[in-house]
Amino acid sequence: MSTTPLAMHMSDGIVNAPTSAAFGLIAAAGLGVALVRARAQLDERTAPMAGLVAAFVFAVQMVNFPVLPGVSGHLLGGALAALLVGPWLGALCVGIVLVVQALLFADGGLTALGTNITNMALIGTAVGFGTAVVLRRIATRSRSGLIGVAFVSAFVNTVVASCGFVLQYAIGGAGGASLATVAVSIITVHVLIGIGEGVITALTVGAVSSARPDLVYFLQTAPSPVPRAAAPAPASRSTS
Amino acid sequence: MSTPTRRRIPLRFFVGFGLVALLIAGLVSYLASPSPDGLDSVVRDGCTEAGDQLTGECIAQNADEHALEEGPLAGYTVGGDEGLSGVSGVIGVLATLLVAGGLFWLLRPRRGRDPGSG
Repeated sequence: MSTTPLAMHMSDGIVNAPTSAAFGLIAAAGLGVALVRARAQLDERTAPMAGLVAAFVFAVQMVNFPVLPGVSGHLLGGALAALLVGPWLGALCVGIVLVVQALLFADGGLTALGTNITNMALIGTAVGFGTAVVLRRIATRSRSGLIGVAFVSAFVNTVVASCGFVLQYAIGGAGGASLATVAVSIITVHVLIGIGEGVITALTVGAVSSARPDLVYFLQTAPSPVPRAAAPAPASRSTS
Repeated sequence: MSTPTRRRIPLRFFVGFGLVALLIAGLVSYLASPSPDGLDSVVRDGCTEAGDQLTGECIAQNADEHALEEGPLAGYTVGGDEGLSGVSGVIGVLATLLVAGGLFWLLRPRRGRDPGSG
């Protein structure tokens, strides 16, 4: 029985085998493209940074927050990772988290890895980063602009990622629940979870951008030079 | 043109970031809501949980037991002990860092013989 209290992702058997296999291929292809595109970006700074972002996403995903009586939510992390290390590395970070969770923690089924990766690592990351790019002008205007854009990107990431589950359920879902019922319930609860995701992402991106704006991919790729000018000299910071 | 200041590894920030992740997984995680998450609660709609069994009619009844359910860290425990979820989380953070960081480190393109990279 899949009643482990700390299971956070889709289990095996929720969608049928052909659907799981198809999304397994989509996930593999998506992560493959991300791997190729991310490579050029990797160096002595971005490689450990992205490793830490993955570890951070893993950690924060453990902290379920309440959204309704008897219902919780947790970070998905796509927008957070993409803002910090870019969409390609970000997708890989979330993908690796999901693989570690499935293999080491029995969280998220093995045949469901493709659906989980597609929703959270591919759709969530792409949509989250895309939202931030659309809102780039606001993000580069001020610090609160950046924090607001981080919130909105993460919110959109969560809601759209949950639509991925609805799609998979529509294609090959098990059980008798009607698609409309599932869609409404899933999207409604993920609107609430998206607020939590937005708060966590805004806090994290805000903190990293005030400590080390040079390590925030989204700021470094911005056409406007404004956020870079706000970089504090790292040497002037006091040691603990 | 090399820009040595920009290429320096921000060690202090990295250590701090890593410690924050360890703190969240090791300690803050004990404050996590034990309720099923959004997805889990929707697939359980229509069922009631009695012990380990779901009775009624819901999507989650189609869920298979996890193939690695017997793993030592399964369910964010240590050998099934939920009180050690923080330990399990710390191991998870380190494992994720090792796998992701290691993969990214190995994949980074080597820029020939760059005298400034030492």
